[in-house]
Amino acid sequence: MKYVDEFRDPARARALASEIAGLVPRIARTRERPLQIMEVCGGHTHAIFRYGIQQLLPDAVEFVHGPGCPVCVLPMGRVDDCVALALQPQVIFTTFGDAMRVPGSRLSLLKAKAEGADVRMVYSPLDALAIARDNPAREVVFFGLGFETTMPSTAMTLIAAKKQGLRNFSLFCNHITIIPTIKAILDSPDLHLDGFLGPGHVSMVIGTRPYRFIAEHYKRPIAIAGFEPLDVLQALWMVLKQLAENRCEVENQYGRIVPAEGNRQALAAIAEVFELREYFEWRGLGSIDHSGVRLRASYADYDAERKFCIPNLKIADPKSCQCGEVLKGVLKPHQCKVFGSACTPETPIGSLMVSSEGACAAYYNYGRIARSQVVDTTGLRAAVKVGA
Amino acid sequence: MCLGIPGRIVALSDAESRLAVVDVSGVRRSVNIACIVDEAHPPESCVGEWVLVHVGFAMSRIDAEEAERTLALLHELGEAQAEIEAMRNSAAARAG
Ligand code: SF4
Repeated sequence: MKYVDEFRDPARARALASEIAGLVPRIARTRERPLQIMEVCGGHTHAIFRYGIQQLLPDAVEFVHGPGCPVCVLPMGRVDDCVALALQPQVIFTTFGDAMRVPGSRLSLLKAKAEGADVRMVYSPLDALAIARDNPAREVVFFGLGFETTMPSTAMTLIAAKKQGLRNFSLFCNHITIIPTIKAILDSPDLHLDGFLGPGHVSMVIGTRPYRFIAEHYKRPIAIAGFEPLDVLQALWMVLKQLAENRCEVENQYGRIVPAEGNRQALAAIAEVFELREYFEWRGLGSIDHSGVRLRASYADYDAERKFCIPNLKIADPKSCQCGEVLKGVLKPHQCKVFGSACTPETPIGSLMVSSEGACAAYYNYGRIARSQVVDTTGLRAAVKVGA
Repeated sequence: MCLGIPGRIVALSDAESRLAVVDVSGVRRSVNIACIVDEAHPPESCVGEWVLVHVGFAMSRIDAEEAERTLALLHELGEAQAEIEAMRNSAAARAG
């Protein structure tokens, strides 16, 4: 695949890891405590565990895993809303596969399907639209979720639905937006972050400018990063270099995908279809102002929240679960009381154990590999360890 | 769903509706190319291009020049490393 192997080269990873180790003593505050760099995006969390990147780094550099996994931050009540919609006899409920196993208070979508609800997994919102065209007598609801990465595809699908005059298609909108989320993290008193790896694919849509407040107002360095191991290491090196040189800037490691100005067509589609909500409820994090979007009035006919009666109940997370602390990066996954015992990928209690981009699932699936020193599939970690 | 995958656009299926066929590691499917088409890049110009595909949409061209620049920087870092290692080795050799 294009530019995949090139960014997995073990020799280069080794070189980068040792450059990083060389930078650390130049950053004064590492003498008091380890540096904490947050990767906002769940895709990075997954890459860090899959390639064993933390193990390549000096002890004085720690990744803090952020809340950027849209499936993980779905509150339980929202899953119940999905199930309630899916159980209506005229409805075909369409969703990305990632959301199927997230536990609701009674059922997940997967279990609702087993109980007879018509739930269909789709790869693309366009496939959901095709289902609507093929089933004119049914109501097809698409469960839209994700940050700005997936927002344009939902928006363009709705624009197409309106153009085609389809009346039996609607969106249950759970899209969220990245900037208020990062602000909420920066304002959180429990966290002392030294810098950020910026989300690569969100930035492909919004560009690099919206992050300026992180450098200018909060005085933290950020580097937007790709998802291969060398991307992550190089972006980390960029952040540490800024710290060593007392700079705070927005840098872009992922120039092959992320243009500084973002994607004009995608942003126009978002602006046409969506508007900000006053607030939005997150699993474990509570309500964050302006962190979600809803459909504009001009798309009211396609809004499942207006078309159907949605219970919209607030359901507290189970007491044993500490997803909120893990989402904010205050606790490491294994510090949750039920991690690996009551909560596993087979029997998830929290959503972070469901998605492959969730910190708990990544920790569970790959953390054990690291503990037993089995070489990972790419051989990257093995090569680096041998060479170091 | 958030990660996306690189693929190559092999044909246009419906330029009017901005639909094309993408090949992702041998698997072909229809993708929407509206996000990568503008006045400077008409639909026809997309055929043969490498793009990043997210949930059925080509969201970004893969910029080969930028990729090479990133790789070149990585390469330099590697070379600096080789240099440092050579220094270290020769210092050790001198110390005998
Ligand atoms: S182990 Fe389970 S319950 Fe605990 S934080 Fe992770 S997902 Fe939530």
